Amino acid sequence: MTDTAQSQTQSWRQWLTTDQPTSRRHAKIVQFYLGWLSFRSNLLAMVGLFILLLLVFTWLFAPFIATHDPLAQDLGARLLHPSMEHYFGTDALGRDIYSRIVYGAGITLYIVTLVAVTAPIFGLLVGSLAGYLGGWVDVVLMRITDIFLAFPKLILALAFVSALGAGLENAVLALILTAWPPYTRIARAETLTIRKSEFIDAVRMQGAGTMHIIMRHIWPLCVSSIIVRVTLDMAGVLLTAAGLGFLGLGAQPPTPEWGAMISFGRKFILDHWWVATMPGLAIFTVSLGFNLLGDGLRDLLDPKGDKS
Amino acid sequence: MTSVVEETEMERRTSGSSFPRLLKRFGASFFSIALTMVGLLAVTFIIGRVMPIDPVLAVVGDKASNEVYQAAYKAMGLDKPLLTQFAIYLRDVATGNFGVSTLTARPVSEDIIRVFPATLELATIATFLGVIFGVPAGVVAAVNKGRWIDQLIRLIGLFGYSMPVFWLGLMGLLIFYGKLDWVAGPGRLDVFYDDIVPTITGLITVDALIAGETDIFFNALSHLVLPASLLGYYSLAYISRMTRSFMLEQLSQEYITTARVKGLSEFTVIWRHGLRNVMVPLITVIALAYAGLLEGSVLTESIFAWPGIGQYITNALFNADMAAVLGGTVVIGIVFVGLNLLSDILYKIVDPRAR
Repeated sequence: MTDTAQSQTQSWRQWLTTDQPTSRRHAKIVQFYLGWLSFRSNLLAMVGLFILLLLVFTWLFAPFIATHDPLAQDLGARLLHPSMEHYFGTDALGRDIYSRIVYGAGITLYIVTLVAVTAPIFGLLVGSLAGYLGGWVDVVLMRITDIFLAFPKLILALAFVSALGAGLENAVLALILTAWPPYTRIARAETLTIRKSEFIDAVRMQGAGTMHIIMRHIWPLCVSSIIVRVTLDMAGVLLTAAGLGFLGLGAQPPTPEWGAMISFGRKFILDHWWVATMPGLAIFTVSLGFNLLGDGLRDLLDPKGDKS
Repeated sequence: MTSVVEETEMERRTSGSSFPRLLKRFGASFFSIALTMVGLLAVTFIIGRVMPIDPVLAVVGDKASNEVYQAAYKAMGLDKPLLTQFAIYLRDVATGNFGVSTLTARPVSEDIIRVFPATLELATIATFLGVIFGVPAGVVAAVNKGRWIDQLIRLIGLFGYSMPVFWLGLMGLLIFYGKLDWVAGPGRLDVFYDDIVPTITGLITVDALIAGETDIFFNALSHLVLPASLLGYYSLAYISRMTRSFMLEQLSQEYITTARVKGLSEFTVIWRHGLRNVMVPLITVIALAYAGLLEGSVLTESIFAWPGIGQYITNALFNADMAAVLGGTVVIGIVFVGLNLLSDILYKIVDPRAR
């Protein structure tokens, strides 16, 4: 174990960038650190990461960042111009738009996180099952996936929400139902290239079951392409969610959901521009953050693919 | 979509292949498309069944007696088993019967035929703008990979990907209509021009030209230019990004080097030789962009009071008019599938290697 002794005497940096890792975990850490170094040199990706961290920060410390109660109405202070008292002005009920946007960050995070966690896992499960089992299971599952892909996302989400009833939970459900098919296709494609590998045969001969092979040996290899796709997709999910909110099908008033706030300011757009403009800027910024981060991650994890 | 591959192959090989084989090929591709369509309808059928709105109540009203309610319940076929109901639904859709809109009291199919040209006009011009600006932008970006112009074009595209379409619409109205007054406001025509030009194609610009009404043509154009440009921006973002990526792939090919070594000008190498090969995969991209605009139209039409299928669906939504919502959804789904098919077929026609 001379290697271990050596690396302990060396500086952290060398330990982190060594090409002779001493253990599995060490190798993982080194890989992660090298990835981070190359990611750090990508300015636009760092901007994206910064925007998303800012979003999380805003959500965590909303009560301290906001200047007013997001729900408090003050009819004497309706439609005020942006000023030092109200950074982004006030809306038609005299509510402070800046504070509403700050509290809206939590709702945005809630939607995006739920979709980003559930849709890929579902897609991964369906796609790897289809790819690994093949045969009629593959045909049936992929046919169903194709059917869901045949609808434009927003239209399908609209139909779902209108059937289930308007509301934040139903909107999230509709977004998940429209978001999973692409992950299924990615997972299936990856599984098809892996399943004939010798290491899978080896695991199977050791007596591993189907689910064990899929979850422990196939999923880890699909993860990087899925993560890239999820990050890039989240911008779209955010925009669709805002669209549902705008149509009044998402979070219900008086919840400060950004899309719904734009819809509220729509009537005054020509005379009181800030009511609709400010929440739109918030959506734009966060969505740009996801796109920048996703682009950076793609360059890092999947240099060849420029599909999407 | 393998189905289309098979279908076009079949057409080409008609002379050479035996009849049973031909039948099998045709059967398989037809079956696959039909299955997607039936699946699509199954989804809308299920959505229609889980809705909390009572379809009978929507027809008879809440003051109807129990007998009237039961009669309507039977008349609408709701007492039959679900599978039978689905079969009836399939038959109705196949014959173009989407039910009657409770909002307009007209058959949904008639409504859709009436509103669809407005969307078509908007989406076509938007795609056209997206192509004539997006393709050159993508080529320029690829040729100057990594330089400032590439970064700029990438950023313009990223902005397009990141903006909510309805917000951009509002901002466009605010700036170009409200502040600068360069374009006409919401709607397809100024009110006093309404219903003057006879409807022939449903595309107001075309109808105005047919009728020889240049005033109306320019008024329609003035209404069209803002929503079409904004939607066009979205397809530009997508088209330029894909063009760049396709072009980069081509530029690294040996035939490009050969063309350069032969002494051809850089212009000819890129715009003649490179772009020609890019056009093939681009066809698919353009078809997808066109289909994507159908989606963008739902929100854009609502902003610009554009009486197309998007506004029709949203209006129906607010009035719990499920027949109209589902009818619109099905039509958009079918157009979506149709455009995908069309792009596949075009692909095979243009690219000899794919035959």
